[in-house]
Amino acid sequence: MNRIALKMLFGDRGKYLGIITGITLASILMIQQPGMLVSIFTMTYSFITDVSLPNIWVMDAKVQQIDDSKPLLDTQLYRVRGVRGVEWAVPLYKGSQKVRLSNGETVMSNLLGLDDATLIGGPAVMIKGKLSDLRIPDSVIVDEAGANGRLAKPAAAPGEHATPLKVGDVLELNEKRALVVGIARAQKTFQSQPIIYTTYTRAKVYANSERKMLTYILVKAKDNEPRETIARRITQNTRLAAWTAEEFKKKSLNYMIYNTSIIINFGFVVLVGFVIGAAVTGQMFYNFTLDNLRYFAVFKAMGTTDQTLRRMILLQALLVGFVGYGIGAGAIALFAMIMGNSNGPSVNLSWQLLLTSGCAILLIVLMSALVCIRKVLKLEAAVVFKG
Amino acid sequence: MEQQQEVATRPIMTPNDPKDAAVLCRGITKSYGSGETQVKALRGVDLEVRPGELLMLVGPSGCGKTTLISVVAGILDQDEGECLLFGQNLSLLPQHERVRYRGEHIGFVFQAFNLIPSLTAAENAAIPLLINGIPMDEAVQKAALLLASVGLEGREHALPSQLSGGQQQRVAVARALVHSPRLVVCDEPTSALDQVTGIRVMEGLKKLAVNNDRALVIVTHDARIFSFADRIAHMNDGAIERIENNL
Ligand SMILES: Nc1ncnc2c1ncn2[C@@H]1O[C@H](COP(=O)(O)OP(=O)(O)OP(=O)(O)O)[C@@H](O)[C@H]1O
Ligand SMILES: [Mg+2]
Repeated sequence: MNRIALKMLFGDRGKYLGIITGITLASILMIQQPGMLVSIFTMTYSFITDVSLPNIWVMDAKVQQIDDSKPLLDTQLYRVRGVRGVEWAVPLYKGSQKVRLSNGETVMSNLLGLDDATLIGGPAVMIKGKLSDLRIPDSVIVDEAGANGRLAKPAAAPGEHATPLKVGDVLELNEKRALVVGIARAQKTFQSQPIIYTTYTRAKVYANSERKMLTYILVKAKDNEPRETIARRITQNTRLAAWTAEEFKKKSLNYMIYNTSIIINFGFVVLVGFVIGAAVTGQMFYNFTLDNLRYFAVFKAMGTTDQTLRRMILLQALLVGFVGYGIGAGAIALFAMIMGNSNGPSVNLSWQLLLTSGCAILLIVLMSALVCIRKVLKLEAAVVFKG
Repeated sequence: MEQQQEVATRPIMTPNDPKDAAVLCRGITKSYGSGETQVKALRGVDLEVRPGELLMLVGPSGCGKTTLISVVAGILDQDEGECLLFGQNLSLLPQHERVRYRGEHIGFVFQAFNLIPSLTAAENAAIPLLINGIPMDEAVQKAALLLASVGLEGREHALPSQLSGGQQQRVAVARALVHSPRLVVCDEPTSALDQVTGIRVMEGLKKLAVNNDRALVIVTHDARIFSFADRIAHMNDGAIERIENNL
C-alpha cells in the first residue's frame, strides 16, 4: 500500500507541487536567514580569528568589541611585557584611514600597523608578494577584496571598467605615498572596508593626527599556566582589559547580539518561515487528504488496518518534506557558493543549522500528517456506500 | 458455461446447520441519531444468505438496504441482534481482526465505482491483494488476468478517466473478486449505468463471482437485472417483508 500512497500523491500533480513549493520556501527562509546570521556573527570577530599566533588581547578597559578603537600609550606595551606569564607582547594599530583614489574619491580603509620586527597580526594567506616585503620603504599590503573592489583604479573614461590594484601600484594614504607590495586574503569583516597592512612605525606616519596609536597589545602567554589566569593577571597589574582570543570573540559577539536588534530581526523571519511553512503546507496537505477521503474510506471498508492508513499518510507527508527540504537546502547551498565569492555576508551552512531546520520541517510535516491521520481514522467506513 | 448451468439448476435449500449459512442475521436493529431526530433504519431484520447464492435486496428508497449490507459487511455496528458471517460473529472480534476479516473475505462494489483516479485499472483492481500484503507486481499481474475475464483485456494500464462507466464498473467488479472473497456485497452496482452496460456488468459478475463457496448480496432498484438473482428479498421500512425465489 506504500506505493499506492505515493501514486495517489504524485497523481495529484497540482497539490503535490504546491506542497513541495511551500516546504521549499519554508526551508529556504529557515536555512538562509540563520545561515546569514551566523556568517555575520563570525565576521564580527573574523579579525580575531585571522590573528592566530597571539592568544591574549590587551586593550583599553572601555573597549566593547573588536571594531572599537580606544588607543593606549606606547608605554603600556612595556608594562604588559613585564607581567609574569607573558612570553612576548607586540603592538598592533587598527584604525580607519582615508585613501584617495585617482578620481578624487576617498575610501575609508582599515589600516593595520603590525609590529615592525615580527609582523605579527599579518594576513595568513598572501596571494601576491610576501609579508616580509613590508620592510620595503613606504610599502603596504592590500587585501584581495579591497584590491579588486573599492580600492581598484577607477575607470579612466566612462564606460570602462575599474582595474584591480596590482603589486607596484601606488596609493595615496592620508596624503602620503603607499606602495603596494602584496595582495593578501583576509577573512571577511563586518565593515567590509578594504584592509591595508603596514608596519606599526609606518602606520604612525600614515595616521599622523593621532596621539595614541596603540590599539591592541597582542600577547603570547606561556604554556605553563591557563591563559585566562595570565589574562586576569595582566588586568590586575596594568588596569587594562585583557582577554583570551576566545573571550574576546565572545565579547564582540555578545556586543553584536545585545546592542543591535539583529537577532530579533532574523529570528522574526525564521519564525515567519516556520509559521507560513506550517500553515501553508499543513493546509494544502490537509486539503489533499480531504480530496482523497473517499478513497481512504474505500481502503478502510476493504480491510486496510489503521496502522497501514497511518503509514500511508506518514509516508506521503515525509516524502513531500524530504523533497521540499532537499530542494530548499540545495538552493541555499548554491546561493552560498555564489555569495561565498563576493564581498558581503555569505551563508554559513553548518550541519547544526541543516539539522535544526530539517527538524523544523520534519515537525511541520509530522504535525500535518497527524491532523490528517486523525481525520482519516475517525472516518466511518460506512460512508463508502453513500452516493 | 458449465458453471452457469450448475448455478441455474442448483436447488435452493435451507441448510440445517446455521453454521453453513454465508450470512445469518437475527433481529438486527439500527437507528441513526437520537431523540426527536432519531431514524430507525432497521427494525429487526432476519436474513439468511447461503453459499453459492446471489441474493438481491430491493425496496423503496430509504427503507434501509444500504444500512443492512453495511452491517452484514461489518463496516457498521448494529444496535441489537446478531449477524454471523460463515458462522463467525464479527462484532465479537477485536477491531483490528474485524478489519482483517473484511480484507480477506469480503468484496465490495459501489454505485459510484470508487476507483482511485491516479491508479491504472490493474492497480485499482489489485488493491485488495495489496491490502492482504501481496507484493505489487504479483498483485497487478493477478488483477490483469481478472480484468481480461471481465472483457478489459488490453486496458490494464488505462486510468479510470480513460474508461467508460461500464468499463469502470467492470474494473470495480474485478477489484471485488481479485482476492477470492467469500462474500461480495454490491450497492446499486448498475444504477449509474445504462441498461445494456448494466446487464454486461451483471453478466460479468454472475459469471465470475458465483460459485459454491461464495455468496453475493446485491442491493438494487434496477428491475432490469432482477433476472440475475437466485432470490429477491423485498425490504420496506427497515424490515424484510418477503423473500421470493427467482427460479
Ligand atoms: N448516516 C446517517 N445518518 C442519519 N440517517 C441516516 C444515515 N444513513 C442513513 N440514514 C437514514 O436511514 C434510513 C435508511 O437509509 P439507507 O441508506 O439504508 O436506505 P436505502 O434503502 O439504502 O436507500 P436508497 O435506496 O435511497 O439508497 C433513511 O431514512 C436514511 O435517511
Ligand atoms: Mg442505499
